[in-house]
Amino acid sequence: MEIREKSGNYCLKFYLHGTRLASGFVRNIKQAMVSLIQPVISFWNSSIGKKILVALSGAFLVFFLIGHLAGNLLVFTGRGALNDYAQFLHEMGHGKGVWIFRIGLLVALVLHIAATVALTRQNRSAKGSQYAHNATMRASRSSKIMIWSGLIVLAFLVFHIFHFTIRVNPELADMADPAQPERHDVWGMVIKGFENPLVSLFYIVALTLLCSHLSHGIASMFQTLGLRTGKTKDASKIIGIALAVALWLGFISIPVAVMTGLLKADSSGYSDTKASVIEAQIAKQ
Amino acid sequence: MNLTLKVWRQAGPESEGSMQTIEAEGISEDASFLEMLDVVNERIVEEGGDPIHFDHDCREGICGACSLTINGVPHSKQQGITTCQLHMRKFRDGDTIWIEPFRARAFPVMKDLMVDRSSFDRIIAAGGYIDVRTGSAVDANSVPIPKEDADSAFDSAACIGCGACVAACKNASAMLFVGAKASHLNKLPQGQVQKDERVLGMVRQMDAEGFGNCTNQYECEAVCPKEISADVIGKLNRDYVAATVKEAVK
Ligand code: HEM
Ligand code: FES
Repeated sequence: MEIREKSGNYCLKFYLHGTRLASGFVRNIKQAMVSLIQPVISFWNSSIGKKILVALSGAFLVFFLIGHLAGNLLVFTGRGALNDYAQFLHEMGHGKGVWIFRIGLLVALVLHIAATVALTRQNRSAKGSQYAHNATMRASRSSKIMIWSGLIVLAFLVFHIFHFTIRVNPELADMADPAQPERHDVWGMVIKGFENPLVSLFYIVALTLLCSHLSHGIASMFQTLGLRTGKTKDASKIIGIALAVALWLGFISIPVAVMTGLLKADSSGYSDTKASVIEAQIAKQ
Repeated sequence: MNLTLKVWRQAGPESEGSMQTIEAEGISEDASFLEMLDVVNERIVEEGGDPIHFDHDCREGICGACSLTINGVPHSKQQGITTCQLHMRKFRDGDTIWIEPFRARAFPVMKDLMVDRSSFDRIIAAGGYIDVRTGSAVDANSVPIPKEDADSAFDSAACIGCGACVAACKNASAMLFVGAKASHLNKLPQGQVQKDERVLGMVRQMDAEGFGNCTNQYECEAVCPKEISADVIGKLNRDYVAATVKEAVK
């Protein structure tokens, strides 16, 4: 008994020491993970936590919309300016910049949708039964249709990305800037895209719903983030409505200008397709 | 005056309920709403029926026992009063009045118009208090409190816990109640020590009871008989974030 113990001692000790160190290390990592993940999970599980995620992701999307609109309005300054801007977006950070933005937007959108859908379902089940005679005292119409305005905006976003970002329509994908044929003619594409009345109509309807979404959403954001007090409540409401209307006017001005003929492709017609411009260049040489 | 009442009747917690039409005849304009129900109940009892069950106690707007959603609005469309303070002169002869219980999954109906609001008690037990030595009374003004803080704490303390905020909310959210109870104590120096555990405890209990989430429509503020402002909800959000961050790094 004694001999057996002693002979195996060093080996065993060494081995045990090693496993203890290793298991201690694993335990530390586990603990670190738990202490990191636990608060995140309990934040998500709490009512206020999910609301804060909705507000932060919503704020991020609103800032994006402001930037997106500022860029889009370059369409009124002509082909060169808008196409320069588009080229800059695609080339910044050696082409990585645009992807960083896209991933950020996707994360914000997924968080926003996951949290709002979860909240809406919880809310319906928390009410249980409805009143036979229903009445509201001051809830705005926009505030009552948030999930629907949001979901229609989502449907629009999917269409919008296929339309102008992925460009599934070869007619739109194939347009080249006549001045610099190696780059895409974003300006021509926007005008050609909006000359389709159905596209313009869907765009205007979706942006009107987005305006409704934001007229409640932005003011809400102040309250959810704890920034709405007796002093700031009127301001938060006014900022919400003003920003929602400003974004709406700015975005729809483009399809409206195209539909009314204020914004037209120039005399040379649409920019030619990339192939035809290159062919013409080869012919010249 | 003569009225047609559409009243929610439900025999017990497990039973199915439905709206029943009851004629209320010869009601005095000077009667309170609950007195009108008393008159109707007397007649029902005389006719051998089951009287309409409803909650009430002080009948002067201070206890928070009375409830009722009247024509779709908790405590009626009249602002700043409880149902027991509502008078029949606010209605017109021949009116149809819809009377329903406060609706929320966390307020189960016990019978007719009576609901079980003990979920509110459990939220208070989760943090709506201050631990103090309860020996001899301390001198008044021994702890100086700025007038503004005292006033706003008092505004929150006016909450009588009736549950109208939950009943008015399409999400059955209890944020106005919890916000009022938490900020009442969180604004005072005596409440500071337990501020974070109070906010976390009360919000967690609120979630566990199955109340919904605020969507910032402020129906609660509109029906609150004590006209408590939704500012307390903003403060609760603020305090909750601070408490969560502190708890995570502690
Ligand atoms: C460009 C896209 C979007 C923007 C800029 C946006 C913005 C916002 C903002 C700022 C809020 C307020 C946050 C708060 O309550 O504190 C909000 C709330 C909300 N959003 Fe969006 N949102 C967008 C898309 C969506 C989508 C796709 C959905 C679809 C599920 C959605 C559904 C909701 C819902 C249900 C709420 C909660 C409303 C409430 O609390 O009453 N949103 N949104
Ligand atoms: S019965 Fe006490 S507040 Fe109405």
